[in-house]
Amino acid sequence: MQYDLVISRLVKEFGTFRAVDDVSFEVPKGSFFSILGPSGCGKTTLLRMIAGFEEQTSGRIEISGQDMRGVTPNRRPVNLVFQHLALFPMMNVAENIAFGLRRRKVPAAEIRRRTEEMLERVGLPGYGAKRIHQLSGGQKQRVAIARCLVLDPKLLLLDEPLGALDLKLREQMKVELKKLQAKVGTTFIYITHDQSEALVMSDTVAVMNRGRFEQVGSPQELYMDPQTPFVAGFVGDNNRWEGTVEEVEGETVLIRTDEALVFRARRKADAHKGPATLFLRPEAMVIDPVGTDGLNTFPAVVKAILFDGANSRLLTVTPSGHELLAALPQNRAFDHIRPGAEITLGWHPHSGIVFARREERP
Amino acid sequence: MNRSGLFWLFLTPVLLWLFLLIVLPHVDLFILSFRTDEGWSLENYANFFTEPIYWLTFVRTAVYSIITTLLTLVVSLPVAFYITKLSRPRVRGFLMILLLLPFWVSELVRVYGWMILLRESGVLNYLFLQLGLLERPVEMLYNDATMIMGLVYTSMLFMVVPLVSVMESLDDSLVEAAYDLGASKICIWRTIIIPHCKPGITSGAIVVFMLVLGNYLTPNLMGGKNSLWFTEQIYNQFIASFNWNQGAAFGFLLLALSSCIVWVGLKLTGQKLGEVAS
Amino acid sequence: MKKKLVFALLALFCLAGVAQAQETLKLLTWKGYAPQNLVDKFEKETGIKVEVTYSNNEEMIAKLRATRGAGFDLAQPSQDRIASVQEQFGIYQPIDYTKIQSDLFIPSMLEAVKKNTQVGGKSYAVPFCWGTSGLVVNTAQAGGTTSWKALIDPQYKGRISYRLKRPVLIGLGFALGYDPFALYGDEKAYGEMLDKIEAELIKAKPLVKNYWANGDQLLESVRSGEVTVAEGWDNGGWKLHEENKDIDFVAPSEGALGWIDTFAIPAKAKNVDAAYKWINFMLRPENSGAFTSAEKIPTASKGAGPFIDPAFQANFDRSFPQAVIDNIKWYPPVPAKLEAMEGKVLDRIKAAN
Ligand SMILES: Nc1ncnc2c1ncn2[C@@H]1O[C@H](COP(=O)(O)OP(=O)(O)O)[C@@H](O)[C@H]1O
Ligand SMILES: [Mg+2]
Repeated sequence: MQYDLVISRLVKEFGTFRAVDDVSFEVPKGSFFSILGPSGCGKTTLLRMIAGFEEQTSGRIEISGQDMRGVTPNRRPVNLVFQHLALFPMMNVAENIAFGLRRRKVPAAEIRRRTEEMLERVGLPGYGAKRIHQLSGGQKQRVAIARCLVLDPKLLLLDEPLGALDLKLREQMKVELKKLQAKVGTTFIYITHDQSEALVMSDTVAVMNRGRFEQVGSPQELYMDPQTPFVAGFVGDNNRWEGTVEEVEGETVLIRTDEALVFRARRKADAHKGPATLFLRPEAMVIDPVGTDGLNTFPAVVKAILFDGANSRLLTVTPSGHELLAALPQNRAFDHIRPGAEITLGWHPHSGIVFARREERP
Repeated sequence: MNRSGLFWLFLTPVLLWLFLLIVLPHVDLFILSFRTDEGWSLENYANFFTEPIYWLTFVRTAVYSIITTLLTLVVSLPVAFYITKLSRPRVRGFLMILLLLPFWVSELVRVYGWMILLRESGVLNYLFLQLGLLERPVEMLYNDATMIMGLVYTSMLFMVVPLVSVMESLDDSLVEAAYDLGASKICIWRTIIIPHCKPGITSGAIVVFMLVLGNYLTPNLMGGKNSLWFTEQIYNQFIASFNWNQGAAFGFLLLALSSCIVWVGLKLTGQKLGEVAS
Repeated sequence: MKKKLVFALLALFCLAGVAQAQETLKLLTWKGYAPQNLVDKFEKETGIKVEVTYSNNEEMIAKLRATRGAGFDLAQPSQDRIASVQEQFGIYQPIDYTKIQSDLFIPSMLEAVKKNTQVGGKSYAVPFCWGTSGLVVNTAQAGGTTSWKALIDPQYKGRISYRLKRPVLIGLGFALGYDPFALYGDEKAYGEMLDKIEAELIKAKPLVKNYWANGDQLLESVRSGEVTVAEGWDNGGWKLHEENKDIDFVAPSEGALGWIDTFAIPAKAKNVDAAYKWINFMLRPENSGAFTSAEKIPTASKGAGPFIDPAFQANFDRSFPQAVIDNIKWYPPVPAKLEAMEGKVLDRIKAAN
């Protein structure tokens, strides 16, 4: 496989603080690669190292097989879409897009042609003469991306470009970005703290936490098979119990939660007897199961119905006061449930996963 | 008392002050400039154009003022950039104070400081001789280059301050974006930083130009024998030749011609005074 | 609150009143003409406070002209700059010679100044001190220099300094064989002379180190050795001679230019009495003597001799043997038109390259 970007053992320190801590990964040509993590985890720092604005403390960055150490940002075959877009207010839209081509001394006629072509491609034909302040948020977004794409970069780096948009527009742009990437075929490296953005758009997602990569995989893998408690908690909604593993039987463990419920669940690699954490997706829970054979069951009281169309949930609470979310299928079977109702919840041991409880790093 | 009453109460002293101290003397001078011993006449103004020494001196003064303004700009841009973008906050305050420091003493003292430094028997010559860099002392004063340096030094603050204030509003990511899109450092200055700083550059340039044009001490003391400055000519008319009428005419010509130059400058760079002031 | 304010204001007015009550003498004069010790002595004697403003001939006239003779109680212009200025602008008032203790003055000087400052039958000044303009020379480097022509002499290239004002024009006029003072009455001839002088000074401009702007600048230039021949005042030369025996004042062979600085009372002086008091005070032998010793400028005081520092006398005798004194060219009152002509000439010299 051809990789546009290969990063190995990359470290960045600010003073004694490690913002990026021994990160390695590679990005296949033409893919949409996201880095997902809470704010402050080092995403921007990582991206700025790739773009050349920060120099790594150690490690190696290779773009299309070439080591980038000592190459200045203006000579790297990558372009960055800035968090706040950084469009040039002193120029109009066409001049913004032509900026990079001008620097490459492309003939004027070709600049004009490519600029117009690019405007068309991002859905802004005829916008060349507009001033930046005349554009809406989404239009600015597209100009910022067009400004980079017109240069045919090996990599397009995007630093939370949707962060400044309102929700509706964000949803729309997600889809558009994905389509655009598929159309132009440029490798995108996209960073965000919004898991839904990462899951919807990406071929591959890396989950980052405190400067490290926790897990790299397809969105499905991350959702279905998280490898660390952090990923389990950060990607998608999850219910969480603290408890103690009492027995380990092959790939299954018997766990007693702190409120004395006993469940069987899937064992993750490092789980063993002793303190542990159990994660369970809301949609894994069955309300008032008919046959309870082989299921874990427990009683709960409905506290509220969180109606959200296909994504509706029940907010329930166990007798000892632990709040849990359960999916509420909109198949009319549960129309009778009202807040205050006492129900039984059941789930298959395969859906719950148990990690050994780790002391959180400070 | 109602609000407009209050308004006038506060405004009246200001207007009075403006009128008595600024407008009236100028009106008086304006009238003077149209009088000669024989009565009313335009002769004082005509003299400026018919006597080559007068207009040549003005041209010389204007050209040197423009050169000084441009040099001041060239020196101040990197200084302002360093202060706003590269220095740490604590260093920044220190640098601003460093820039302000020379202005705590009068211009006369500053100029004498330069003279002590640069004269043939001055500090710099002494040092160079001691270090063996020179065989005999050279006179560094009394030439145009020294004079311009002195003027640039005196004017720098008035350029740096407006530049700092516009540069502070320059988003760093614009500079980085340009760099990312393939621009060299010089190109970033040309396409991003300078266009962004245009209002500051214009207001700084106007202030510096006017200050230099109206300077008297520095050209006179540091420039030496060839440095006839237009202000000196006005002074000479008033003080040495007792010809107040001529002096007043020169004063108004200086005002009018320098305003013209500023206007042309604004036109050439495609700006409006209102925008600059805002 | 209000009461307090009124009280404070009242107190302020009272204070201001007290301040007003102390008499002041506003003196417009040259640097060095009102030494601090004499000012203190005068204040102690009379209770009159002296406020001194330093100036020179041109600025004194301009200042008084701007206020039409107000703002100062006493000025000290040179005698040749009074008559025509008074005629044009009327900025002085006639001197009441009955209030002057004329026995304090050297009679011939008092008479000369009276005569030279006469306008419409009234005289406008009394003499205070006198001196000459000539050459200040570093004899080690420019020995034997005795002519104004030294200022345009190529052998002193880069070592020449003068003030670009009247004296250098007049001095050079004499050196070129004219008698500028005799031409005062003939504008055309004077203009021709000025043209000649202008040409000479422009031609010799490359020789000049600098045009000095004030006495301190001249002294510093000569002291440091940067300048070896300069146009300057005799007392400046003598001051430098004390520090370095090589430097001295030289009266040019064409005649040193003699000036007399005077006392004149501005037309709208507020405290005329104090002005007369100051004149009589300064001319008292012991005060004049102290002044001469300190500033190296002789005065019009008749009996000052015993109070003058012998060192000054030595300077004077060295530079001014009787023949040289007889050769001094005293400035006669200058007609107004000529000064305008000179101004243009000076501008052209300064602007020339
Ligand atoms: N120039 C810098 N100097 C010191 N610390 C920095 C610098 N840039 C970033 N950091 C720190 O590194 C950490 C990661 O920052 P950043 O990469 O911006 O996070 P993210 O983009 O994931 O929100 C933060 O704690 C931030 O304070
Ligand atoms: Mg960030």
